[in-house]
Amino acid sequence: MAVVLVLVLVVVGSVVFHLVSPWWWTPIASNWNYIDNTIIITFWITGVVFAAVVLFMAYCVYRFRHKEGQKAHYEPENKRLEWWLTVITGFGVAAMLVPGLFVWHRFVTVPTDATEVEVLGQQWQWSFRLPGKDGKLGLAETSLVTSDNPLGLKTDDPNGQDDVIVQAADLHLPIGKPVKMLLRSIDVLHDFYVPEFRAKMDMIPGSVTYFWFTPTRTGTFEVLCAELCGQGHPFMRGVVMVDTEEDYTAWLGQQQTFAQLTPPQQTSSVEPASH
Amino acid sequence: MVDVTPGSVGPIPPAEVAEMELYHPHSWWTKYVFSQDAKVIAIQYSCTALAIGLVALVLSWLMRLQLGFPGTFDFITPEAYYQFITMHGMIMVIYLLTALFLGGFGNYLIPLMVGARDMVFPYVNMLSYWIYLLAVLLLVAGFFAPGGPTGAGWTLYPPQAIMAGTPGGEDWGIIVMLSSLILFIIGFTMGGLNYVVTVLQGRTRGMTLMRMPLTVWGIFTATVMALLAFPALFVACVMMLLDRVLGTSFFMPAIVEMGEQLQHSGGSPILFQHLFWFFGHPEVYIVALPAFGIVSDLISTHARKNIFGYRMMVWAIVGIGALSFVVWAHHMYVSGMHPYFGFFFATTTLIIAIPTAIKVYNWVLTLWRGDIHLTIPMLFALGFIVTFVNGGLTGLFLGNVVVDVPLSDTMFVVAHFHMVMGVAPIMVIFGAIYHWYPKVTGRMLNHAMGMFHFWVTFVGAYLIFFPMHYLGLMGVPRRYNELSDMGLIGESAHHLNAFISIMAFIVGFAQLVFLFNLIWSIRHGKEAGGNPWRATTLEWQTAHTPPTHGNFGKELPIVYRWAYDYSVPGAKEDFIPQNEPGSFGPSREPA
Ligand code: HEM
Ligand SMILES: [Cu+2]
Repeated sequence: MAVVLVLVLVVVGSVVFHLVSPWWWTPIASNWNYIDNTIIITFWITGVVFAAVVLFMAYCVYRFRHKEGQKAHYEPENKRLEWWLTVITGFGVAAMLVPGLFVWHRFVTVPTDATEVEVLGQQWQWSFRLPGKDGKLGLAETSLVTSDNPLGLKTDDPNGQDDVIVQAADLHLPIGKPVKMLLRSIDVLHDFYVPEFRAKMDMIPGSVTYFWFTPTRTGTFEVLCAELCGQGHPFMRGVVMVDTEEDYTAWLGQQQTFAQLTPPQQTSSVEPASH
Repeated sequence: MVDVTPGSVGPIPPAEVAEMELYHPHSWWTKYVFSQDAKVIAIQYSCTALAIGLVALVLSWLMRLQLGFPGTFDFITPEAYYQFITMHGMIMVIYLLTALFLGGFGNYLIPLMVGARDMVFPYVNMLSYWIYLLAVLLLVAGFFAPGGPTGAGWTLYPPQAIMAGTPGGEDWGIIVMLSSLILFIIGFTMGGLNYVVTVLQGRTRGMTLMRMPLTVWGIFTATVMALLAFPALFVACVMMLLDRVLGTSFFMPAIVEMGEQLQHSGGSPILFQHLFWFFGHPEVYIVALPAFGIVSDLISTHARKNIFGYRMMVWAIVGIGALSFVVWAHHMYVSGMHPYFGFFFATTTLIIAIPTAIKVYNWVLTLWRGDIHLTIPMLFALGFIVTFVNGGLTGLFLGNVVVDVPLSDTMFVVAHFHMVMGVAPIMVIFGAIYHWYPKVTGRMLNHAMGMFHFWVTFVGAYLIFFPMHYLGLMGVPRRYNELSDMGLIGESAHHLNAFISIMAFIVGFAQLVFLFNLIWSIRHGKEAGGNPWRATTLEWQTAHTPPTHGNFGKELPIVYRWAYDYSVPGAKEDFIPQNEPGSFGPSREPA
């Protein structure tokens, strides 16, 4: 009997915990409430299945536990029942998968008017780069990184001269404008993750990865690194501030461009790093 | 459709080949140490796996000390924490679960259950164990290497795995780990070939494939999968070893490390991930399928009822095994691979839920109208179903690509895989040990200690891992040795972490009671007799308990029926052993 009681308690306890415990997702700050909705659908379907299976089991134990003289029923299989269960499960699975794939399609389709913002991860800090007046980011490469050129921009690419460099400081974004985050790393894997935006993506040295979102409320949000990147991993934090249009423009005005930061050099860009 | 009727008594083919001559040990050494008897090898495998598993358990306490009470224990530095995680994860998945299910249960049960005298290649089988032992010793040596073991996480992702910012990356740790894995794979391959060939070639007369107990089906399919999946890991390990030792660039692109340009260029970090998960995902099922098989037999035996839908169960095992080779990249949804992969891998992943669900239905339907004996193996089987269903369902979150985006790399993932491939298979392992211990030793495990062990482990493990999902939902990332001033969580999350840690210590303590029980009962357990659970399968019908070398006395058993003739209407007893001739068929054909 203890078993029956505990099985029922597992179901009741889990549901109550889900409903009343203080631990739940952070209030969303991006357009990805579609993702939250898909999670809710999944919670409902899986929750019902979990409760049904465990309660059915509890009932079986209660009803059919051994008593003197009891004999089990002999029934090797029941094709009809098995097919029914398969079909119903198929529908349940589809009910989660189909909306999921629609939202994924949206997630991987970047709107054409999205502004590009580059995030560069390195052990164990974040830097950012925004396109200048020309709206274009200049080319960059890991092999060009020096202490004077920490993001590894190609010095002879005109698109890069007016890029705004935000090194090891906070990133600001304007509210309501879609942004495409271009993600780059110069050493190991990192992952740019802001829980309130719901989105994340790994950064891989040698590649540029991306995701997009639209900030939907102003505020200060913590950036966490979500891919193990060595012993400083938990301390690789950053800050993203979502501003109103005016605040954002004011902030942008104070930032320095690549040209302003780089000492003029006539010769080559492969000058050794000075420490 | 195969025209096998579960339960039917079929014609027995004549013996076509003569029995194989067994190797006869000449000394104490060849009998008990360098033994070629699969049963001795099984016990060696199991004891080694449990011993190294104990190390992983202790490591989990140390991690929980840090997570529950951050800043209290100075010796758990960030380096140490990452080393603990890595060793804990790797040991649990490979050196404990894989070795125990295949090397331990596989060796003991396959020959006995299919009616063979031993594995087909006993000498190779013996080598398999000794190489495994070497792999384990090498792994342990990592703790004493300069710089300590690797702290790269059990996934060993490059570039960080072989760089200075990771513990053991530029010291010996990673080299030792990769070498140990390579040895493990070599050892496993030797054993694995044996398990497969023995099932295909060594079955006794009348033991058709569709009469095999599901335990054998589970272990067999898992072994086939392992033989196909481990080579991917093998290749990945060799290449990474070359990158680390010779400075090649298989996985290493151009990198600036702490302001310094490294000599690498052109390698692909993401290629490693594909290789790792091409192994790593099937690995989950390599652990799960034996558990599926064993738990089916535990439920059937202790509910005194045939497993419901045997044929469907076999097809589900085989189908899951095959499908699990085309879902690997669901571990990589946010890795930066081509986003369109997401559509494919999410679809395959969710499809696999269907045969998995069928298995669950069939277990609970086996309980329906059964005669349920709440023995300890049965309790563990029930515990397995609860934790497996829970963990399987959270898999539907993580498998559904877009839902995985916010959850991946958070504590939600940690909670999910502990529930589904940590706790659930371990429940089966415990159930199986309580079930077969009487055959191995001739004595029953102590019941009171067993009850204590079950209740604390089941309730405790659920309390550890269920609430943990919600930390992940909040956004707490995994592999963080402290959350310190993380803004998004409140004070209450720290209390939750402390609670989880305390539960982990309690659950850990219960395992010590279990180990004590294992040792104590060898001498003090109740005499078991040959078939204490009144089970049908061949291992319970041996002339001696424990079975002697060669398993069955003079004559090999002949099999007349499937493994599930429990409570057959009209039969005298509520079970009919597989090797019993006679006309008790099923009361009716399956509908
Ligand atoms: C009561 C028992 C256990 C406890 C308390 C426990 C605890 C933990 C903790 C605290 C972590 C680190 C989480 C993080 O910070 O990311 C972890 C990781 C892990 N555990 Fe366990 N664990 C237990 C049993 C198991 C079992 C049975 C398995 C077998 C599958 C397992 C496999 C793993 C794996 C694969 C990792 C990931 C390591 C990594 O991130 O590289 N654990 N465990
Ligand atoms: Cu990082």
